[in-house]
Amino acid sequence: MSYSGSTVVARINPPLPGQRIAVLGTTVRSAVGVFNGFFEWFGRLGIFSWQVVKAAVTPPYEWRELIRQLDEIGSKSLPLVALAGAAVGVIISLEARYSLSRFGAKAMFPATLVYSVIQVMGPVITGLIVSGRVGAGIGAELASMKVTEQIDAIEASAVNPYRLLAAPRILACILMLPLLTLAADACGLLTGWFAQALVEPLSFHQFIESGFHGATFNAFLPPTFKTAVYGLIIGLIACFEGMRTRGGAEGVGRAATNSVVLASLFLILADVVLVKLILVVFP
Amino acid sequence: MATACDIAPKRAEPEGDGHASVAVEHLRKNFAGHTVLNGISLSVNRGETLAVLGRSGTGKSVLLRLIIGLDTPDSGSIRILGQTIAGLALDRMGAIRKRMGFLFQHAALYDSLTVGENVAFPFVHHRREMSRSEREGRVKQLLAEVGMESDLDKMPSDISGGMQKRVGLARALALEPEILLLDEPTAGLDPISSAEIDDLILKLQRERQMASIVVTHDLHSAKTIANRLALLNEGDVAIEGTFEDLERSGIEFVKEFLKQS
Repeated sequence: MSYSGSTVVARINPPLPGQRIAVLGTTVRSAVGVFNGFFEWFGRLGIFSWQVVKAAVTPPYEWRELIRQLDEIGSKSLPLVALAGAAVGVIISLEARYSLSRFGAKAMFPATLVYSVIQVMGPVITGLIVSGRVGAGIGAELASMKVTEQIDAIEASAVNPYRLLAAPRILACILMLPLLTLAADACGLLTGWFAQALVEPLSFHQFIESGFHGATFNAFLPPTFKTAVYGLIIGLIACFEGMRTRGGAEGVGRAATNSVVLASLFLILADVVLVKLILVVFP
Repeated sequence: MATACDIAPKRAEPEGDGHASVAVEHLRKNFAGHTVLNGISLSVNRGETLAVLGRSGTGKSVLLRLIIGLDTPDSGSIRILGQTIAGLALDRMGAIRKRMGFLFQHAALYDSLTVGENVAFPFVHHRREMSRSEREGRVKQLLAEVGMESDLDKMPSDISGGMQKRVGLARALALEPEILLLDEPTAGLDPISSAEIDDLILKLQRERQMASIVVTHDLHSAKTIANRLALLNEGDVAIEGTFEDLERSGIEFVKEFLKQS
C-alpha cells in the first residue's frame, strides 16, 4: 500500500507465473471432470438401455404392467395435453393473424395454423408437457422405490426389474406420445379456428379444406410419429435416473428434476435431427 | 424359553452331495477405499442358523447383499447350493434366488400393493400356473403363519414396522426357500415385538429346516435363534462358534462386545 496525499492507492501485485499455472491447472481439471462425467453418464445410459432391451424381448412379458402404464401415461396425461394444445392453437391464431395481415397474406391463415400446429408446435408442446408430468412422475416413483430397497426386493425375488419396471414404462411412452400428439393437434386446430372465427367468420369446413389443401400424408404423419422417439427419450431417461438414485429424499428430488430437465433437453436436441431426417426422407 | 441351540443340532450336516447350502470363501469388499470385508470365510448347512454379529458398519448387511447377488465382491467366492454365483447373468441368478428368501431390514414392502398382493408377488411371477383361488389360499396360509391374516387388504403404510417385518417374512417364505437371509429382523422393534419375531423365526426354522443367516447386533436375539454365531470386527471374523464359545473366548474385542450387549 502507498499513500498519495489524502488518497490511498492500493497496488495489487501481478500473479506469479506459478500461481497462473495453478489456476490454469484447476480450470483444466474441472473441464476434464465435466467431460468425464458427461461421457460416464452416456456410458451408463447405454448399459442401462441394453439391459432394458434384453429384458423386454425375452419372456415372460409383463402385459398387465404395460396396460397399467398405458393408462397412467396416456389417458391420465390427456386432459393436460389437450389443454396445452388448445392454448397453443389460440396463441398461434392470434400471432398468425397479426403477422399475416401485415404482409397481406390473410388467406394463408388456415394453412399457416394447420402446418404450424401439426408439424412443429403440437409435437414439441406435447413432448415437453409429457416430459414434465410423466418424466417427473416416473423418475420420482422409481427413485422412491430405489431408496426404500423395493427395487432390490424385486431383484432378490428373482424378478428382473428392467423387465417389470423399466420396459413397460418406456414402451408405454413410445406408444402413447403419438396418440397424445394427435389429441393436442386436434385441440389446437379447433381452438385456433375458433379464435379466428370470433374475429372473421370462417366455417370449420372452409378452414379444414383451405388448411389441408394440397397436403399429403407425408406432410403430417412423420411429424406426428416422430413423437415416438420423444417417448423413448422421456421413458428411458426417467427410468434411468430413477433406478440409479442414491441418497434418500434428496436423491428422489434430484432424480425427478434430472428426469424432466434432461428429457426436455434431449427431446429438443433430437428434434433438430429428426426434422432434418424427415425433410430428407419425406421431401 | 427354548433356543435354537436346544432344538437344532450343534452343527447340521452338509447337503447330500457334501456341499454346504451357503459357502463364502475369502470374501473381500471395499467401498471408496474403505475395506468392509477383509477375506472372510463362512458356511451354513441345511437346518442350521448362523447369526452374524458386529458393530454398526462392519459389513454385516453387505455380506447378505453379496450372498443374494445384489452386490459383487472384489475377490473371493460365494457358492449357493453348490453353485458359484460370481459372474452369473441376471436371469441365471434368478434361478438360484428362487430357492432363497430375503427379509430386508425395513421389510421393503411394495408400497403400491396391499399386504396380500405383496405376499402374492412371488406366486404371480413364478407360479403362473396357479389359479387365483389357489394363490389366495396360499397367501392366507402364509399370513396366518406370521399372524397377519386379518390384514390382507391393508396397505404397507397402514401397518406398523413390526407388522411390516412379519409380512416381509411371509413374502420371503412364499416359494418355500431352502435358504433364508434375514437382515436385522428385530431392529427398531420394542422388546415384546422383538421376542415375537424371534419366536416366529425359531418356529419356522424348526418346521422348515432351512439354512439361515441372520444379521443382527442384538446378542439376545442371536442367542435365541442361532446355532452358531460369528462376530465380525474390522472386516474379519473375530470368532465363530456357539454362544458358550464366545463367552469362553479370551479375545479382548469379544469380551468387550459381550459386556456391552
